Amino acid sequence: MALTGVLRPGFIQLRVLDMKEALVHYRDRIGLDVVSEEADGRVYLKAYDEFDRHSVILREADKAGIDYVGFKVRTEEELDGFDAALRDYGLHTEHVPADEQPGLGRRVSFEIPSGHRLDLYTEIEMSENGPMVQNPDVWHEEPRGMRAIRFDHCLLYGPNVAENIKIFTEILGFSLTEYAEGPDGGKLAVFLSCSNKAHDIAFVEYPEKGKFHHASFLLESWNDVGHAADIMTRYDISVDIGPTRHGITRGRTIYFFDPSGNRNEVFALDYHYYPDNPTRHWDADQTGKSIFYYERQLNDRFLTVVT
Amino acid sequence: MPLHCKVTLDNYRESFDCRTGESLLRGMERLGHKGIPVGCRNGGCGVCKVRVTRGEYEVGKMSRDHVSEDEQNQGVVLACRCHPRGDLQLQVLGHLTRIIEKSHSFNKQNANN
Ligand code: FES
Ligand SMILES: [Fe+2]
Repeated sequence: MALTGVLRPGFIQLRVLDMKEALVHYRDRIGLDVVSEEADGRVYLKAYDEFDRHSVILREADKAGIDYVGFKVRTEEELDGFDAALRDYGLHTEHVPADEQPGLGRRVSFEIPSGHRLDLYTEIEMSENGPMVQNPDVWHEEPRGMRAIRFDHCLLYGPNVAENIKIFTEILGFSLTEYAEGPDGGKLAVFLSCSNKAHDIAFVEYPEKGKFHHASFLLESWNDVGHAADIMTRYDISVDIGPTRHGITRGRTIYFFDPSGNRNEVFALDYHYYPDNPTRHWDADQTGKSIFYYERQLNDRFLTVVT
Repeated sequence: MPLHCKVTLDNYRESFDCRTGESLLRGMERLGHKGIPVGCRNGGCGVCKVRVTRGEYEVGKMSRDHVSEDEQNQGVVLACRCHPRGDLQLQVLGHLTRIIEKSHSFNKQNANN
């Protein structure tokens, strides 16, 4: 098996101001299925093409933003290895017992220097409604709304991005696939992969800790990006930008906002990455093109609007 | 309640018409006006923060990260979650304000030339 250690981003827990509105957005518009609503109020959802029990958790709160993102690790030994290595590095890790979320095993939880909480885990129940495995049709029932295939990655804003890169590449085995240089010559926006994807997580340098830029959902095609745009207009969803394309990762994309102001992305068709590929980078005077390839300039919102 | 109301931005001596029932921010955007920074439009990001100095309004859910209860009691709101009940006068507070005030006065200067 070639892919070891950290396999993929498995789940993200987001705060929403109003659960009812959030469910219309994530279930009916983006097209996720509700897996369960638990006694503590959290609602668990998944995309139609995901095997695991859930990938998006919504928690009603009085502020928007991200609680944490979870990465699935291949084996228990690797999970313990990461725990030890993170502690050796000087980070404080906590152990979250199994079943704090339904169907989820134990977690190793820690805060990275940008102020975000990251969870590592190895076990999660398989969904009863996952993709077929025997003579598999493409879906059980035709997907709804924007037809999101999976929760794919998130972009987080916070300070100390250089330190984050170190932890992700030196301890967790990620590769830096691409970055955009800032005006001071440092790395302004960085894209990290633990797999064959162009990115599994990304960071932008920002003074405030723990900020959330977007959670992204994969779509099948450029046509589906257009279909998502139709849905956004039809249901009056707040759009940030798009349909357009990113220079970085080359994904065709739309940024839009959930009813609590958390940014979402739907995208299709970014490039494949292999660990022997060189890191790509964009000079500071090309930032506009690197983020919005067709507009060739940033909108004010890209660098300032976060939850 | 009147159907339309006038919203005046103290910072820029500018005003636009808004429908009662729609948010201040939406009214501004619908008519192509500027002055209040536009972010998420959904009460989460805080860039559209304003202080209402005169007039009556209703508010929807706003992220407490950006408007504390105290502030809310003193008329501070997120424009995307503020629905006027009549004419309003506002001061723009959001953190993009300085950039926009700058470019605004720049445009005004150019227009005067
Ligand atoms: S635009 Fe984001 S809070 Fe109003
Ligand atoms: Fe993205």
